[in-house]
Amino acid sequence: MFCFFFLSSLFSYFESQTRGRKSQRRTSHLLNFRTKFILGIRFHISALLSSSPSPFPVLGGSFFPFLFLLLNCSMNSNNASSSAGGGSADSSPPRRNSKRPKYSRFTQQELPACKPILTPKWVISAFLLVSIIFIPIGVASLLASRDVVEIVDRYETECIPADSRGDKVKFIQGTASKTCKRTLTVPKHMKQPIYVYYQLDNFYQNHRRYVKSRSDEQLHDPKSANDTSSCKPEDTSSESPIVPCGLIAWSLFNDTYSFSRNNQQLTVNKKGISWKSDREGKFGSDVYPKNFQNGTLRGGASLNESIPLSEQEDLIVWMRTAALPTFRKLYGKIEVDLQVNDVIQVTLENNYNTYSFGGKKKLVLSTTSWLGGKNDFLGIAYLTVGGLCFFLAIAFTVTYLVKPRRLGDPSYLSWNRTPAGH
Amino acid sequence: MAGRRKRTIRLSKLYTFSCLRTSSKDDHSQIGQRGYSRVVYCNDPDNPEAIQLNYRGNYVSTTKYTAANFIPKSLFEQFRRVANVYFLVVACVSFSPLAPYSAVSILAPLLVVIGATMAKEAVEDWRRRKQDIEANNREVKVYSQDNTFHVTKWKKLRVGDVVRVEKDEFFPADLFLLSSSYDDGICYVETMNLDGETNLKVKQFLEVTSAFQDECSLQNFKAVIKCEDPNEKLYSFVGSLHYDGSQYPLSPQQILLRDSKLRNTEYIYGVVIFTGHDTKVMQNATDPPSKRSKIERRMDKIVYVLFSTLVLISSVGSFFFGIKTKNDMSGQTYERWYLRPDNTTIFFDPRRASLAAFFHFLTGLMLYGYLIPISLYVSIEIVKVLQSIFINQDQEMYYEETDRPARARTSNLNEELGQVHTILSDKTGTLTCNSMEFVKCSIAGIAYGRGVTEVERAMKKRRKDSLPDFCNPSAELGDYGDNITDSRNAIKGFNFRDERIMEGKWVNELHSDAIQKFFRVLAICHTAIPDVNKYLDEISYQAESPDEAAFVIAAREIGFEFYERTQTSISMHELDPQTGEKVDRSYKLLHVLEFNSSRKRMSVIVRNAEDQLLLFCKGADSVMFERLSQDGRMFETKTKDHISKYAEAGLRTLVIAYRDLGEEEYKIWQEEFFKAKTSVTSDRDALVDAAADKIEKDLTLLGGTAVEDKLQKGVPECIERLAQAGVKIWVLTGDKLETAVNIGYACSLLRQEMPQIIITLDTPDINALEKQGDKDAVAKASRESVMKQIQEGKNQVSSAKGNSMATTLIIDGKSLDFALAGNTKSLFLELAIGCASVVCCRSSPKQKARVTRLVKETGKTTLAIGDGANDVGMLQEADIGVGISGVEGMQAVMSSDFAIAQFRFLERLLLVHGHWCYRRIAMMICYFFYKNITFGFTLFWFEAYASFSGQPAYNDWYMSFYNVFFTSLPVIALGVFDQDVSARLCLKYPLLHQEGVQNILFSWARILGWMLNGVCSSIVIFFFTTNSILHQAFRRDGKVAGFEILGVTMYSCVVWTVNCQMALSINYFTWIQHFFIWGSIACWYVFLVIYGLFPPTVSTTAYKTLVETCAPSPLYWLATLCVVISALLPYFLYKSFQIRFFPMYHNIIQRTRLESSESQTSVGFSAGIEDVIRPLKERLRRRKS
Repeated sequence: MFCFFFLSSLFSYFESQTRGRKSQRRTSHLLNFRTKFILGIRFHISALLSSSPSPFPVLGGSFFPFLFLLLNCSMNSNNASSSAGGGSADSSPPRRNSKRPKYSRFTQQELPACKPILTPKWVISAFLLVSIIFIPIGVASLLASRDVVEIVDRYETECIPADSRGDKVKFIQGTASKTCKRTLTVPKHMKQPIYVYYQLDNFYQNHRRYVKSRSDEQLHDPKSANDTSSCKPEDTSSESPIVPCGLIAWSLFNDTYSFSRNNQQLTVNKKGISWKSDREGKFGSDVYPKNFQNGTLRGGASLNESIPLSEQEDLIVWMRTAALPTFRKLYGKIEVDLQVNDVIQVTLENNYNTYSFGGKKKLVLSTTSWLGGKNDFLGIAYLTVGGLCFFLAIAFTVTYLVKPRRLGDPSYLSWNRTPAGH
Repeated sequence: MAGRRKRTIRLSKLYTFSCLRTSSKDDHSQIGQRGYSRVVYCNDPDNPEAIQLNYRGNYVSTTKYTAANFIPKSLFEQFRRVANVYFLVVACVSFSPLAPYSAVSILAPLLVVIGATMAKEAVEDWRRRKQDIEANNREVKVYSQDNTFHVTKWKKLRVGDVVRVEKDEFFPADLFLLSSSYDDGICYVETMNLDGETNLKVKQFLEVTSAFQDECSLQNFKAVIKCEDPNEKLYSFVGSLHYDGSQYPLSPQQILLRDSKLRNTEYIYGVVIFTGHDTKVMQNATDPPSKRSKIERRMDKIVYVLFSTLVLISSVGSFFFGIKTKNDMSGQTYERWYLRPDNTTIFFDPRRASLAAFFHFLTGLMLYGYLIPISLYVSIEIVKVLQSIFINQDQEMYYEETDRPARARTSNLNEELGQVHTILSDKTGTLTCNSMEFVKCSIAGIAYGRGVTEVERAMKKRRKDSLPDFCNPSAELGDYGDNITDSRNAIKGFNFRDERIMEGKWVNELHSDAIQKFFRVLAICHTAIPDVNKYLDEISYQAESPDEAAFVIAAREIGFEFYERTQTSISMHELDPQTGEKVDRSYKLLHVLEFNSSRKRMSVIVRNAEDQLLLFCKGADSVMFERLSQDGRMFETKTKDHISKYAEAGLRTLVIAYRDLGEEEYKIWQEEFFKAKTSVTSDRDALVDAAADKIEKDLTLLGGTAVEDKLQKGVPECIERLAQAGVKIWVLTGDKLETAVNIGYACSLLRQEMPQIIITLDTPDINALEKQGDKDAVAKASRESVMKQIQEGKNQVSSAKGNSMATTLIIDGKSLDFALAGNTKSLFLELAIGCASVVCCRSSPKQKARVTRLVKETGKTTLAIGDGANDVGMLQEADIGVGISGVEGMQAVMSSDFAIAQFRFLERLLLVHGHWCYRRIAMMICYFFYKNITFGFTLFWFEAYASFSGQPAYNDWYMSFYNVFFTSLPVIALGVFDQDVSARLCLKYPLLHQEGVQNILFSWARILGWMLNGVCSSIVIFFFTTNSILHQAFRRDGKVAGFEILGVTMYSCVVWTVNCQMALSINYFTWIQHFFIWGSIACWYVFLVIYGLFPPTVSTTAYKTLVETCAPSPLYWLATLCVVISALLPYFLYKSFQIRFFPMYHNIIQRTRLESSESQTSVGFSAGIEDVIRPLKERLRRRKS
């Protein structure tokens, strides 16, 4: 749209320009090309601006006034003919075709304007304003973050039998039982819902090859099952397309967790852990996994071929690639409160190979606040910036009080400060 | 084909024998050689010889393209710009798997930009083509075989055709004038389309062709014209007519140029000599050298810097990428197995990691290509065009009297106006009105004329007031204004008051015969054309120069009324001293020896009614006094004295003399002159001059004239103001030293208290040497003398520095020649730079251009301003050429970059528009790089966390639209509308101009500062965003932020930051700025919502991102707020600190305005401007050393 209006204004200008210059054409051979572009432009501003002294209300004006204005930057086609000569002889005062530029506040660059100047008063109030806004926000977000209870358990080493820890990769690729038991203690009362995350480290889900290795068409539409060109090398298996194809799906995380408290199973709700738009828009409800993990090299988890992709929420979560190599992904929700000092037994299947690239694995249980999970950074950032601004406001006030001087004083002009004479 | 050939051969045998003979005879002469080879068979275009010559037809095409070659040629034009090639290469590579993002998103902007430019070209070319068609199909009457005139189209004309052109028609080609409706061999031509001059010019045909007056007689006309090849010189023509066995010289007088118009003449007959593109006007259609502004040149350097940065960060990226990729495979184990390093493409192959790294380098070049934005060039172009519109629209620069607004003829120098350091100005017509008024004369040693000139008044004032009132020049002007109204005694060009000779009283004067002769010379020795208005019984004159018109008018007023000119005679009404009655006298005009700048005189040879042969001559004193005869020197000393007095009074002087010629002498001379005139060589002009020289001697002095050229309105104030702005002004004039100095005083360029350094060769020893005639000795002595004077001048300047006085340098043309030669040049330049103003008098057009070049060597921006053809060289040489569209035609304007109507508009052009444009463009470019660095570096930081794999953090289309929708319009608004202080304040504080001269706003420190600011912003944006939104739950429902949310958040922060940064750095908020800045931010969100509604296969990562994920999350908004404020904080802190402790000049002015205590502050002006400027200079010097 913007592009269009610039172009169209240019064109209307060209059109009128050439029209107007027709009679002058002969001369214009002597001019260079570029010049012609400029010469004789008439900014024929519509009466719109010139007649109404008040400008469009700031921001209230729609887009159109300006568009209209630019589109009208055309030339008075009838008065270009006498541009050359005519200087000496002809001096009859009332000219019909006067070339006097039309007056408007726009063309004379006299539009009413606000001209902000950083006077000490403004500087100090700006700093104060920022600190007044920032410090409360900082406190609030810090409090929110402190409200959140988070249990983090790093298990990638502990869940490998001590004798296999020499070659973890071999263990993880082997067939030995990967089941591992962990115990967590709840440090504070955790209100439901409690979110269960797994956190991986040093896993480059944002690698270009990895990110691109998926087929949105195929995920959405069963008819596009063959649309796997972007999925190489996980595109086909024995000549038929893999659904879902690509490296992302192939490397699906396959550790599983189950929780119990006092030998009582805690149900982990795996519904609703993915974005609604993904379930409804990206992953088709009539697309079923096919050929998945059938290749020679097994990546991660397998999928139940009788469940449509839109309900494979683990896959959907996994397929929303993470931004940085350290990331958490939602595993499920525990929908009961956990009391202080509750001991939680976790039975986990440590299947996923993060050992070959030295990645950590963590199990995270966390509540949330209005601001999300536990992260002090934002609160601290707000407090720091707010505090800094407060300090600057004070500093400027002090300098202003201690050494007031008028900004208009020319003796502070940098090129006047050098003593005269030398 | 064969048949046709036979027929033409037969025809040739019939009647072209004589023509052939003459041509064969002439083979030895210079004609036919290089440059003079054209042969035109008049009235015989079907002659086989003529056909063989195969000259071009009269079809004219001014289009750049044809339908066939448009696409390739315009594409070629587009890709001559290196930037475009770079973008094209990037676009091509983007189709390979190397590309970090989709090819469409990079190709689309390029296509839009190139398509728009090409469409513009196409539209322009189409208009041109339509005009061509119109011109080619105009109709003209051509003489054909059946001895009648037929109407033909212009494009069908051939060389040799005889055409008939009616009154007020354009000439279809360059014609040789055969005859006209007038019997006396003239016709009138208006050449407005060629040089913009509106006065009518007379063309004369040869007597020999005057017989061909009708269709019948033309039947017998068969002749051959041999002439120069097509060239672009409008005012010269070398050729000869071979007719009936004899040879006649041709001059520009017989040539009618295409695109000029026949006026006041019923019809003419002419022979087509040059057709189509061979015509002089078409040959002239070359492009003047294109100029680029300093800022643009520096911008190129910035682009190089950025390109190096681009290469650097790409190589850093590919280095780490190579290492990472190589590590993916150690032996048989694969580290990052999820990338399938065992089965991969070449771009990620750990086995060939270095190759992958190289490819990655290319990817990097594309990814970080945002550092060099494609939109920058387009935006700057748009901004500059809009800026020029503002210049053209400025009412303050509109001149009522000639109905001319200012014109920016090129838009690429707008910002250069704000950096002008030296102005080189022509005097006549530039500082003055170039409307000459005859004010004084000296006849036979007696001075007449009681008028007081402006300069005299200024001089008087200077003498009276020990402290001249320069701070208040308006009072002075008031006086002038009164005087002007006084002197408006209805007669333009005549301001002479002396009861002794007016109203016929001259007959009672002592030397009444001399007075009679004097005014006869004035009435006869000119090239003006009378224009008799029958109804009013008034005569006005069309003269080539205003001086000439002033003379003729003066003669008329005294009683010698010139009223008719034919080719061979001049008639006038004259007062008979005996009877006291008006009688008609007619002079037979034998020769006109024309004026040119090397001869500096013109003469006419006439035969009066008494059959006396007379030579009337007028010319510059420097050439005239040496041509006087021994007897003719009667009043020499007195006249010299008067003339020097006139010159001191700032008047233009000419010496008037005459000579009685003997019949014998005349006859001999005539032959010689004729020979010189008919010679067809390139040095014909020199020959003619030499011949003319021979007769213009032994003159008898009559007296001298003094013509005043009034200063233009507002010139002294303007010069004063420009001097206050620290702009140096050089005046380059053809006037005499005294005149120049006095004009200098009158226009307050010079002041009494300023010490002057005068370099001249008009010293007794040199003059003595010159008399001896030893040229080498003179040259040697002159060189030494100039050298010595320059040395002395330098000493004087350095001593003057001590007591802070501005010195003036005055140098005359002769010395200038030596001063500009060899090693003296640098010395002279040093001296000139030390002086506040420089006056070069008696300088030729070529010298003007050379001086301009010299000043340009200092690296400072020079502006040349002039109005006449003699200033063209200077205008083209200078960084900026400003043409004054005055009375001397349009030539200066045609070769200028800006055209204004009056000198005083220069003040507004430089101090207001120049300052604004400079500021706008400088800020715009800085800001542009800032915003792209901010953007580009967020990509880089993300890369660092994505193992440099080349994955951009943002969706493809976010990136493509970054420079198009979300950030570009505020920058354009900044470039078009921003103003630090209002126009009124710009003019009130001229020193503000120094910000541009010293290039403070576009210094490397500032540019790098902005870049650093960009890098800082990007760091804040990236690290604050990642740390605050990643890892933990992003919202209350426990979901975490992934790749797409980070992209949106970071991008939001970037858009907010760069737009708010704009809001912070802008000085001038109109609704437009508000609209664009906040509109751009809103546009981003609107875009995101709309884009998110597309199906996921199109919108990919943007699918419903804002609506579903980000907008409901308070974390997203809080993070944005925190990031934006933190990213802006460094700049805000810097700016408030700088304004507080190191305010720049505009800050002070802004502040002063705010305090509305302008009257209290005196920014040092009353204390003498030099004192203020001096520290600047010191600073500059220190910076240099």
